[in-house]
Amino acid sequence: MVTDHRIDIRGCQVAYQRGGQGEPLLLLHGMDGRASWDSVLPRLTEHHDVILPDHPGFGASGSGEWIDGMADLALFYLDFLDALQIEQCHLAGHCLGGWLAAEIAVMQPQRFKSLSLCAAAGIRVDGCPMGDAFLWNPDDTIGQLIVDPQARESMRSKPSSERDIELMLKARQMSARLAWHPRFHNPHLRKWLHRLTMPTMIQWGENDRLFPVAYAHGYHAMIPHAQLHLYKDCGHFPMLEATDRYLEHLDAFTAKASA
Amino acid sequence: MKFYSFHLMPYGALDLDYVEKHVSASLVLPNSYYDPQIGHQLYNRYLDELELADELGFDGVCVNEHHQSAYGLMPTPAVMAGALSRSVKRGKICILGRALPLLSNPLTVAEEYAMLDNITGGRFIAGFVRGIGVEYHATGVNPTYSLERFHEAHDLIIRAWTEEGPFPFEGKHYSYQYVNLWPRPFQQPHPDVWIPSGGSLETIRWASDPKRKYVYLNVYSNIDVACGLMDTYRNCAEAYGYTASSEQLGMALPIYVAETDAIARREAKPHIEAFFNRFLRMTNEMLLPPGYTSVSSLKTLLITSRETLMANHSLEAVDKLGMFLVGSPETVRERLAEFEQRLGIGHLCAIMQFGSLPHAQTKRNLELFAQEVMPHFRAKVTAGSCP
Repeated sequence: MVTDHRIDIRGCQVAYQRGGQGEPLLLLHGMDGRASWDSVLPRLTEHHDVILPDHPGFGASGSGEWIDGMADLALFYLDFLDALQIEQCHLAGHCLGGWLAAEIAVMQPQRFKSLSLCAAAGIRVDGCPMGDAFLWNPDDTIGQLIVDPQARESMRSKPSSERDIELMLKARQMSARLAWHPRFHNPHLRKWLHRLTMPTMIQWGENDRLFPVAYAHGYHAMIPHAQLHLYKDCGHFPMLEATDRYLEHLDAFTAKASA
Repeated sequence: MKFYSFHLMPYGALDLDYVEKHVSASLVLPNSYYDPQIGHQLYNRYLDELELADELGFDGVCVNEHHQSAYGLMPTPAVMAGALSRSVKRGKICILGRALPLLSNPLTVAEEYAMLDNITGGRFIAGFVRGIGVEYHATGVNPTYSLERFHEAHDLIIRAWTEEGPFPFEGKHYSYQYVNLWPRPFQQPHPDVWIPSGGSLETIRWASDPKRKYVYLNVYSNIDVACGLMDTYRNCAEAYGYTASSEQLGMALPIYVAETDAIARREAKPHIEAFFNRFLRMTNEMLLPPGYTSVSSLKTLLITSRETLMANHSLEAVDKLGMFLVGSPETVRERLAEFEQRLGIGHLCAIMQFGSLPHAQTKRNLELFAQEVMPHFRAKVTAGSCP
């Protein structure tokens, strides 16, 4: 069973969900916030003790106005793990959270039993521009990130409450703070990816138009021991559009890394 | 009231059918729409128009900064101000203004403004702005730091103008081992500062601070909103313990005068509508990048006025809203008197060329306004302010 928690880290309230059977898995959400994990979370908790925080500036967490970039946020999460007294865990991140996971894992590689990067920001592949999520309107965004026409329609027709709009604006603002420039990457990260000696997996939708599939290959080239899984007919959210395959790969991967 | 001729220097030859293929005349409109042969003529024509305004007795001429846009062709407004600094003989030269947060080295603004102030012998007005939202897309500067960078760059410039150098400047976004401005500004302690803005409470409170008493220049608000913002300034001043004068308040808006109301409206209609609906056209995402505005005000904006940012403005609508003054000299005089009385402003930055308005009409507009409208407001000021 998943329960809601709050903890103060260096003056910033972090709201997080935790629950499930197995070894701890710190799951880091993307630029859209925690919501895109809602439907998958029950299945993830079958094999993992999942810890899913709202990043500072997102959702129900504090604003974290002193967090000025990904390096700050990565160190912040090392403090968060210290505060939760988690000495070792699995680490998984999607989109912005994938970039964050890579930054954290580079800093303390021995702390993580495995690393999963899903549709992850963090690097730039020259000659292959990313999509401009900050210029897309809400309608475009769905069209760019989701492949399945039915899923698109149901997302478009979903009414948004005032609270939804506020959460969306907060998420965009903090994403911009972290990733506006250089756009969704750290030019120096690639120099340190050799430190990722833990079992690593890269999961990507073949039709991702935010970080095109060339970014999956880009990461793979820099982390040669990583497993690479590409999902057909899948956009930026493999956990939503390729849920079974995504979970099958993640479960098998973390189980093997734990053995 | 003081009058200034404010030129945006748009790409007046813009193919207005661009909207069939592109969402905006900024950022995404391919620069193949720009013809340098026409650009050459336009720049020189627009400089002529500002020089004419000076000859006609305007108190000053104004230019400003925009990037990657057909709406305004002055990414570096000091080039235009420099060109005008030798030909504008009487009036002031105003840059309204440089977009401070967009710069990695804002000391260049202190330098170029000081140069202009020296060349003109103190006929320079220094405008500072944050830049419009779309310019954060165009420059890559992070909009979530816009306000921090604005304040820090401003403090740096004022200190560079007023403190003996060299001194170090230690900021979060900008830091210098040596700040030692050559030349120092001609006006002491420094040129008048104007803050053109849509007008958030924070900006107005900051501008009205007795340490600053900067001129707040409202841009493109409708008359009711503008009245509220002018009241806000006056109330802030009262809260600080002083009474704001009309000299601290100004308004920028397009104006068109012709022989009769009917002629003025007929002639202005296609050009003012092109101005609002084609040249200024932008998506919400361009205009309001994340962090440029607070989450709470952005939320209000999205909930209350989902559609209005891309709304189609007719001449009739913008006239009614007081976003455009149009008519015979008599009509414009009456309307302006109402504006002056309601707003309590001491400065009017008149945009006498807008969108695609051709030279002949711009010239006549300038002449009629200078000859038939301005003098009526001069007498009033003189009568009120001189013993």
